[in-house]
Amino acid sequence: MTRGMRTVIRVAVVLAAALVLAGALVTWLNLRGEAPIDPSAADAASSSEQVQRGAYLARAGNCSACHTDRGGAPYAGGKGIPTPFGTVYASNLTPDLQTGIGSWSPAHFWRAMHHGRSKDGRLLYPAFPYPSFTLITREDSDALYAFLRAQAPVQQPNRPHALRFPFDLQPALAVWRALFFAPREFERSADRPDAWNRGAYLVRALGHCDACHAPRNVFGATRSSIELSGGLIPNQHWYAPSLADGGEAGVADWPLDEVVRLMGTGLSARGSAMGPMAEVVFRSTQHLTDADLRAMAIYLQSLPHRQPAAPRERSAKPETLELGQRIYAQQCARCHGERGEGLGPYPALLNHRTVTMGPHTNLVRVIVSGGFPPTTGGNPRPYGMPSLLLDDEEIAAVASYVRSAWGHRAPAVTALEVRALR
Amino acid sequence: MPARPGLATRVRAAWPRAAAAAFALAASAAQPASQSADIPDTIGQRMQPCMVCHGPEGRATSQGFFPRIAGKPAAYLFNQLLAFREGRRSNPTMAYFVDHMTDAYLLETARYFAALDLPYAPPRAANATAAQLSRGETLVRQGDRALGVPACADCHGVALTGVLPAIPGVLGLPRDYLQLQFGSWRVGVRRAASPDCMAQIVSRLSPQDLNDVAAWLSSQPVPADSAPAAHVARPLPVACGSQPP
Repeated sequence: MTRGMRTVIRVAVVLAAALVLAGALVTWLNLRGEAPIDPSAADAASSSEQVQRGAYLARAGNCSACHTDRGGAPYAGGKGIPTPFGTVYASNLTPDLQTGIGSWSPAHFWRAMHHGRSKDGRLLYPAFPYPSFTLITREDSDALYAFLRAQAPVQQPNRPHALRFPFDLQPALAVWRALFFAPREFERSADRPDAWNRGAYLVRALGHCDACHAPRNVFGATRSSIELSGGLIPNQHWYAPSLADGGEAGVADWPLDEVVRLMGTGLSARGSAMGPMAEVVFRSTQHLTDADLRAMAIYLQSLPHRQPAAPRERSAKPETLELGQRIYAQQCARCHGERGEGLGPYPALLNHRTVTMGPHTNLVRVIVSGGFPPTTGGNPRPYGMPSLLLDDEEIAAVASYVRSAWGHRAPAVTALEVRALR
Repeated sequence: MPARPGLATRVRAAWPRAAAAAFALAASAAQPASQSADIPDTIGQRMQPCMVCHGPEGRATSQGFFPRIAGKPAAYLFNQLLAFREGRRSNPTMAYFVDHMTDAYLLETARYFAALDLPYAPPRAANATAAQLSRGETLVRQGDRALGVPACADCHGVALTGVLPAIPGVLGLPRDYLQLQFGSWRVGVRRAASPDCMAQIVSRLSPQDLNDVAAWLSSQPVPADSAPAAHVARPLPVACGSQPP
């Protein structure tokens, strides 16, 4: 054997050893903390109280938003969740034996919620927000399980995900989880009142608010989830504003009742739930108890204030602002007021944070698409905003106008930015 | 969906007329804000966003034709709103509007538009040969027994203005819209409650036949009494899931 050949062999051995070690580390990081599941253990029968509690928790977690397809059977899955890596299809959670969770035990369900691993051992994609659900208690997991087992079984095989290579590979997901996910327990803060802790639990765990309201890195992992500092919702062209910044969606200086009203009815004195948040209110928060909404409000009001990055200074050309002002006078003033003061049920735009916040995304979306706040018990017959049939230049002009009128100093919007959001 | 250049000009030209008609007809606060007028607490005011696209006569833009909804049977409109919400009709814009509306609100919406009694615009001359128009008229009034296709009039009414509670009229609709609906049924993008009678009928007709029907229907004037008929001879020639038994 030549010396060169010996070197090659040595290097190959070292590399192989390193790979094996890395693989072992990734495996350990993925499986740590899992309790072994005893397949022969008998399941305790669930009580009707547990099923009812599970139904309430399913509202809090908004499970049906993903697991009930448009026009589909409840919890039978099939809905595609678009992500930057491809589409993930929600699974069948009905108790069907072949295609649902009919053969799952509470321990299997806990492993999915807390560890993000399916009954058959597959790692689950975090489009299912188990990085948040990992915080729920075992009791709550068992109640959810009992509720799902009480649903009508539906035979509907799970649709395979449509993810691009290499994101469709389990080893790639394992590496992602090794880097970005660890199962956690919810820890009460002893120096905070019960209501605060309840609110923290609801917001961080089942509420999974950080799945939208926290920024994600290039690998799609949520960064700084506790701070809820805002995030662009992947693939949806809506921005989930920062809940920690008074200039976006922070509620620290609101009366508590207004925060409760916003989540409970979709309306408040300072803005209504539109876009993806309309769905959250419609399917989830409007069904929570007043006490739980108050708890969430107390928690949200306590979020430490985060100063956002200073927005770019950008003013529009005078011709653009003139065009924007004309459009505003012709098409917006009849509802929003000549000076943005609002009229009746139509909100004031003066100091409205959707108008003035740094990110222009939601302002442009609302002008492009219009929309209604959700129909709720507290707002059963909503007024709505039309989808004005304007082109990109016109929308950029009127958005730039309202962002600079009446003392506002938010950066102008370009036609290209409008085009990118359609 | 991006708008083409030139749309702005067309929309700006059309806007004052359409807006004046739409806003004048609904009970709305079409007054300058400086008058501090109260916004009426009516369903008509709530439905203002719909008027921008649907207007009194429907609107045609580069984003597709928005059909006329005024005066259609209430149950038919309600079925369509449910279809958009449940995905039986595929239209992201409509789905976005109705996604978080309860059945009760959708029903109130449907009843409001059903009760509007507005004049129809005169039809446009059909761009079709005499033979095509004749075939279209035959299919509409008599059907085609050999193909197993009943006359349109057998369900949609002798006057073709629809039948209460849930069969729509088929006059006063542009050819593009009719052909789009026929095409949507053919490929399964538009689906009605099962058994889907329109899907069956459309599948038995050739594209040329459907073209002829659309050409003839869209060239007919709407009669002065455009209200849906109260009755039609039962049983209907085709079983239809959207109809009461």
